[in-house]
Amino acid sequence: MSRTDWEVVIGLEIHTQLNTQSKIFSGASIAFGAEPNAQACAVDIALPGVLPVLNKGAVERAIRFGLAIGGTVAPKSIFARKNYFYPDLPKGYQISQYELPVVLGGKINLLVPDGKGGHYEKLVNLTRAHLEEDAGKSLHEDFHGMTGIDLNRAGTPLLEIVSEPDMRSSAEAVAYAKALHALVRWIDICDGNMQEGSFRCDANVSVRPRGQAEFGTRREIKNLNSFRFLQQAIDYEIQWQIDLIEDGGKVQQATVLFNPDTGETRAMRSKEDAHDYRYFPDPDLLPLVISSDWIERVRGELPELPAALSARFEGEYGLSAYDATALTASRETAQFYLDTVAAAGTANAKACANWVMGELAARLNKAELDITASPVSAAQLAGLVQRIADSTISNAIAKKVFEALWNKEGESADAIIDAQGLKQVTDTGAIEAIIDEVLAANQKSVEEFRAGKEKAFNALVGQCMKASKGKANPAQVNELLKKKLG
Amino acid sequence: MSLSLDEVRHIAKLARLELADGDVEATQAKLNGIFGLIEEMQAVNTDGVEPMSHPQELAQRLRPDAVTEGNRRDAFQAIAPQTEAGLYLVPKVIE
Repeated sequence: MSRTDWEVVIGLEIHTQLNTQSKIFSGASIAFGAEPNAQACAVDIALPGVLPVLNKGAVERAIRFGLAIGGTVAPKSIFARKNYFYPDLPKGYQISQYELPVVLGGKINLLVPDGKGGHYEKLVNLTRAHLEEDAGKSLHEDFHGMTGIDLNRAGTPLLEIVSEPDMRSSAEAVAYAKALHALVRWIDICDGNMQEGSFRCDANVSVRPRGQAEFGTRREIKNLNSFRFLQQAIDYEIQWQIDLIEDGGKVQQATVLFNPDTGETRAMRSKEDAHDYRYFPDPDLLPLVISSDWIERVRGELPELPAALSARFEGEYGLSAYDATALTASRETAQFYLDTVAAAGTANAKACANWVMGELAARLNKAELDITASPVSAAQLAGLVQRIADSTISNAIAKKVFEALWNKEGESADAIIDAQGLKQVTDTGAIEAIIDEVLAANQKSVEEFRAGKEKAFNALVGQCMKASKGKANPAQVNELLKKKLG
Repeated sequence: MSLSLDEVRHIAKLARLELADGDVEATQAKLNGIFGLIEEMQAVNTDGVEPMSHPQELAQRLRPDAVTEGNRRDAFQAIAPQTEAGLYLVPKVIE
């Protein structure tokens, strides 16, 4: 029996917490980690008679996002009440945007890993982004059989970013979420801290037989707060839906939760009216009007965006699309790379890229350090790259010098090369002397080589390099050795 | 448009209102009266009139992003029925 070829359809809704000082509708702080309810003011706890006043900083961040994704910043948008009852939502409604959101459209370009070591390009369109307030937190630990409510988070400004159902695999969904995560940090509207809940994903997942025009029925996986969980949850959900349909079942629209311990998704016990939110325009808030002057001012203040910088790296420095994307994963990484190239020279741009993404990234990762805290500065790394470029040291020795820079054994690559005598030996006479010694001591390898064993040659090169403590120029060793044996 | 009795019960449930069986019909009549009023208004020709979300033709005033509220938890919690460790306590909710 031939099985149906299933196509996966995924759309993401991502809640980004905006990095303002104060809440979206009140002057309470949004700093993380305060004592419970110490940052919940009269507006946040919904005392009678209070009124919301919109935070300009939250609106400005929404504009920044709209411009960064090439969307339309609405000249006029409306706040609406989303009505539902839950103890951590003291007003009985969440102030959100419904019919007229602040940002419409936009798109984001991705490089998605193809699972074979390569990457392919993918365009994801955005539907909208809207401003809203976060709810408080319910703590279900035992308080004598009661639930504890902390309203510090209530009123925290969120930008909910909704994508079109453009993604066709969990890998694409993760690549999109990562690109968005990098972008909101790049334009400095969100700290991106996923452990603290600053960046949370909901994934709408459905499957359909390939070629079918209509979408299948979707289930929404709520509150995924890591890229790994996003991938696991989607993969599990896809298989669950396919198995259900192939066994003759039908997917029911539902909201599901992912359990990281079991790796499974499970439908929430929701009442049928859970989605009957009865949105209507909030009479407490007038329309949000954004002038074109304001939009242009924000546009003028935007940093060069990762896509533009990445294109520049490809065009000016000859980097591959993958390398250019990796180096623009964060503004800090891009800046470090730019500083390195500025010091090492554009001719060394490719080598700088290899060092920043290779040795440096690996060491930082191992030490769990951010690039801004790198023990090796951009100028130091540039100095190292220059000494490789002018053949003062080989790549192998360069790793030693890097290690020494990392351990603060010297101020610069030059200082370390001098102090530790690591300068590459390029003097033909000196190399010949080493080769002669090695040949004399390894007669067996010499005979094997003469008998036609190619491997013996490599062994002799290795011996020469070893005898020179890695300092002999490998190309010269090769050449001279060939001459002597030939 | 008029509402069925089931719709009235559903709306009451969404609003967390308890309607005694005898009150359902009276409420239905009141709500339908409101819908009648809306129908009358919908008969007015509004072609070329931009929809308004607020009766006042003004734009939302914005507040500078600054922390202006301090911690007044003790005052707020003085009127809460039950608190512990700074939390408001409510009957157990689980989803």
